Amino acid sequence: MNDITVRTETDYAIEFNKIKKIHRIQSFFKGILFLLPSILLFSVFLFYPMMKTIYLSFFLTDNSGATTVYVGLDNFKAIFSSPIFLQSLKVTLLFVVYTVPGTVLISLVLAILANEKLRGIGIFRTIFSSTMGISVAAASVFWMFLFHPTIGWLNQILATLGIEAIGWLTDPDWALLSVSISTIWMNIGFTFLILLGGLQSIDSYLYESADIDGASYFYKLRRITIPMLSPTLFFVITVSFINAFQTFGQVDMLTRGGPQNETNVIVYSIYQEAFMNYQHGSASAQAIVLFVIILVLTLIQFKLGERKVHYQ
Amino acid sequence: MQHVEMKNIAKSYDKEHYVLNGIDLEIEEGEFFVLVGPSGSGKSTLLRMIAGLEEISGGILKINDKVVNHLRPKDRNLSMVFQNYALYPHLSVEQNILFGLNAKKVKKQEQKKRLTETAEMMGLTELLKRKPKQLSGGQRQRVALARSVVSEAPLFLMDEPLSNLDAKLRAHMRMEIRRLQKKLGLTMIYVTHDQVEAMTMGDRIMVLNDGKIQQVGDPISLYNNPANLFVASFIGSPKINLGQAMIKEEEIIIEDCLHIPLQNADITNLKKRDHLTIGIRAEHLFKGTPENKTHQLEIINVEHLGNETLLTFEVGQQFWTAKWLGQWQVTAGDMVPVQISIDNMHFFDTQTTELVQAAPNVTRDQGVIAI
Amino acid sequence: MTVPIHQKIIFYLLLTISAIVIFAPAIIAFSMSFMSNQEIMTGTLIPSSFTLDNYVQVFDRFPLFQFLLNSLIVSLAIMVGQLTLSSLAAYAFVFLEFKGRDLLFFVFIATMMVPFEASIIPNFQTVRDMGWINTYTGLTLPFFAMAFGTFLLRQSFKQIPKELKEASEIAGIGDFKFYLTVVLPMARTSLVTLGVYGFLTSWNMYLWPLLATTDETTRTVQIGLRQLQSQEQLNEWGVIMAGAIIVVLPTLILLFLGQNKLQKGLAEGALK
Repeated sequence: MNDITVRTETDYAIEFNKIKKIHRIQSFFKGILFLLPSILLFSVFLFYPMMKTIYLSFFLTDNSGATTVYVGLDNFKAIFSSPIFLQSLKVTLLFVVYTVPGTVLISLVLAILANEKLRGIGIFRTIFSSTMGISVAAASVFWMFLFHPTIGWLNQILATLGIEAIGWLTDPDWALLSVSISTIWMNIGFTFLILLGGLQSIDSYLYESADIDGASYFYKLRRITIPMLSPTLFFVITVSFINAFQTFGQVDMLTRGGPQNETNVIVYSIYQEAFMNYQHGSASAQAIVLFVIILVLTLIQFKLGERKVHYQ
Repeated sequence: MQHVEMKNIAKSYDKEHYVLNGIDLEIEEGEFFVLVGPSGSGKSTLLRMIAGLEEISGGILKINDKVVNHLRPKDRNLSMVFQNYALYPHLSVEQNILFGLNAKKVKKQEQKKRLTETAEMMGLTELLKRKPKQLSGGQRQRVALARSVVSEAPLFLMDEPLSNLDAKLRAHMRMEIRRLQKKLGLTMIYVTHDQVEAMTMGDRIMVLNDGKIQQVGDPISLYNNPANLFVASFIGSPKINLGQAMIKEEEIIIEDCLHIPLQNADITNLKKRDHLTIGIRAEHLFKGTPENKTHQLEIINVEHLGNETLLTFEVGQQFWTAKWLGQWQVTAGDMVPVQISIDNMHFFDTQTTELVQAAPNVTRDQGVIAI
Repeated sequence: MTVPIHQKIIFYLLLTISAIVIFAPAIIAFSMSFMSNQEIMTGTLIPSSFTLDNYVQVFDRFPLFQFLLNSLIVSLAIMVGQLTLSSLAAYAFVFLEFKGRDLLFFVFIATMMVPFEASIIPNFQTVRDMGWINTYTGLTLPFFAMAFGTFLLRQSFKQIPKELKEASEIAGIGDFKFYLTVVLPMARTSLVTLGVYGFLTSWNMYLWPLLATTDETTRTVQIGLRQLQSQEQLNEWGVIMAGAIIVVLPTLILLFLGQNKLQKGLAEGALK
């Protein structure tokens, strides 16, 4: 009697395992089905191109971008000995240095101002975030006029102050700075919006207890606001870095990389090499450099931000 | 006919540590069965295994004499009410109640019929167009119940359904759920951590601790014949009074301070045991009079409940509580006479915690207590 | 929290100055779009006349209406594509359990490390070889899959109580129906946020439309503006500004309407 029960139980167990396996396979396919559209498109437009870029970087190509001669690392050697590419790396780094601190600091000040509970604050928030809705092309047009050597507002203001006119976009000493100024203006909207969101998620009881203790405005700013905002700040700094390395539109609109390659940032350099000079091979080598830079930045973000930026 | 049957059911997430082990249980059709235990005892896991929401690691689960281990929840023909009610916030009460019926391909006309019946029965007719957000806690609870009722599944599972309600509403809903179950002849498996709920609602109760069955039985036998110290102290409020006991020749000494003479020949078989724990319920620490008393104890706390009075005494290392009917004007510090009888004591083995002998008085004649 | 009156005045002063500085480029462009060319060339700051001539001209001389329509189609298509794919993927990551899920999640994280600019050459080749240059497909398809959107929606789906899924499992409601009738309606705030964000970024896209369009049939308004600016040279600022104002108007309106949601939603998706 006992034997029979034991046997049936093991029989059941075998059967259950079989069915469990089927269920598991079913749920695997269901999961894949939901993810399939994304995986497919990522494969075609992200992973495959990434591989292809690496592949292309070892070849010379014809005008249509088809590979012709395998050259090994020659493309990399060539770009790193090309003064134009080295110049574009230098320009990109300078551009990052000009734009990132400026964008984050200005946005932070604006966000702190706009976080006050004052009447009509909504209007100011809307104005500060407005540049997020202005496209690179339109913003470049706006600034192109402001930078205009004779009728532009900037030089007119300088003239009324009795200062000599500046060739904002034509003077090699000024061009990158001018592009940077317009870029900061374009990026303020997004950065401001994220920082304001971060500020508003700080619990108000922190401020209330500080008020009871009689803390001053700047003390609260230093001891509560900035520390509590640090994950958000960290996020916007990384995003600003990555954005700066990916800059293209304003350079194309305002300076076309000139004067004297002074504003030839890396993406513009890739664009020119690939789509004006039809050198897909050496452009791919440049793209790999850009990829490595952004990869390192993202990894730094994941590593440093681990405790604050949770994706799991 | 057994409705739900479990044979040696086990649950483990890592194949080493068992959350549940060796669960053998039969639940009859139409029975109100309560799974009770402290949090982490595995009671919710067991319920979720019956529902099919958790995989069964070992053993066999049968519903209606059919093995269902491998069936998906929807194929087990049951319904479940969750602690947070699991109402869809964007749907109206009506849509919430009918949500599952579309999936079961119930005809529109039949749906309508069931909806009106159920809504009427649950007192929801006026609320059908509202959203869950616009309902009170008790009303939401009723919608969750209605959703199960409308499915017409013969097996009802409930996971702590009353714990989000306030005390007054909880008492009311206990009654309503019980009435509903009887009226529809449902088989109910009800999980709770609240022993009062278990005692007041269950036809039978299973006490679970650390993934193991402690005792299964009807409320009164659990109360009167607790199988071990855990059940004794888990069931009943105020908690049963416990004390270490030593048996000398002619007397029993509790917590080194209460001496009770031994006369009863029934307990001679206890003498061989060295480590005993006695348990005595609060209502069995009777009030004595100066002439008629066994002991004199000092009160350290008094709680007036109106119809009865709870008094706390210090007995050795333990605090003992007595429950006296009526209102007694005593204060902390007073010495009061009490009557303690060995006939009301349960004896447990201190090491194994198992019951050695239940209180003779309680088992012999329950009528005495009822008066 | 009460702010003392003198502090309030300082705040308003600072806010007003910042607002003027931030808004100046747009306001100047706006006022210029109503000025005659003569006025602009003489360097007038405040217009003395008001003319709609620039707007008439820009629509007359450019297929601006076609560009606007193209941008609208492209942006809406990308928005819908992103919402669909991101929500499906987020659903799998939150509500489904299967082998390899964590690995796939890691793959999604990895995609954030590949900048589109770095893979643009093969992408251009692919689209060209498929014959998708100057098609809406070529302009939109590469942007449908989106890790950021998936994370944002995953965060929002995680707020939905697990019991709702379990209740529908018991009732026999399938995953796709649960996704459509419960998850999507319950997460509509996040869907709107992501939708607004997706529309804004698609409308403002620059590099890809520049490469993927060679004629005016599907050219978006941004590249149209580039064309306008380079053709007009420096003479007709009024017309250029009128074009720029038309380009930014739809996104500005959308931003004003969705600002609050964007502000909360974006921070959430990025930081949790």
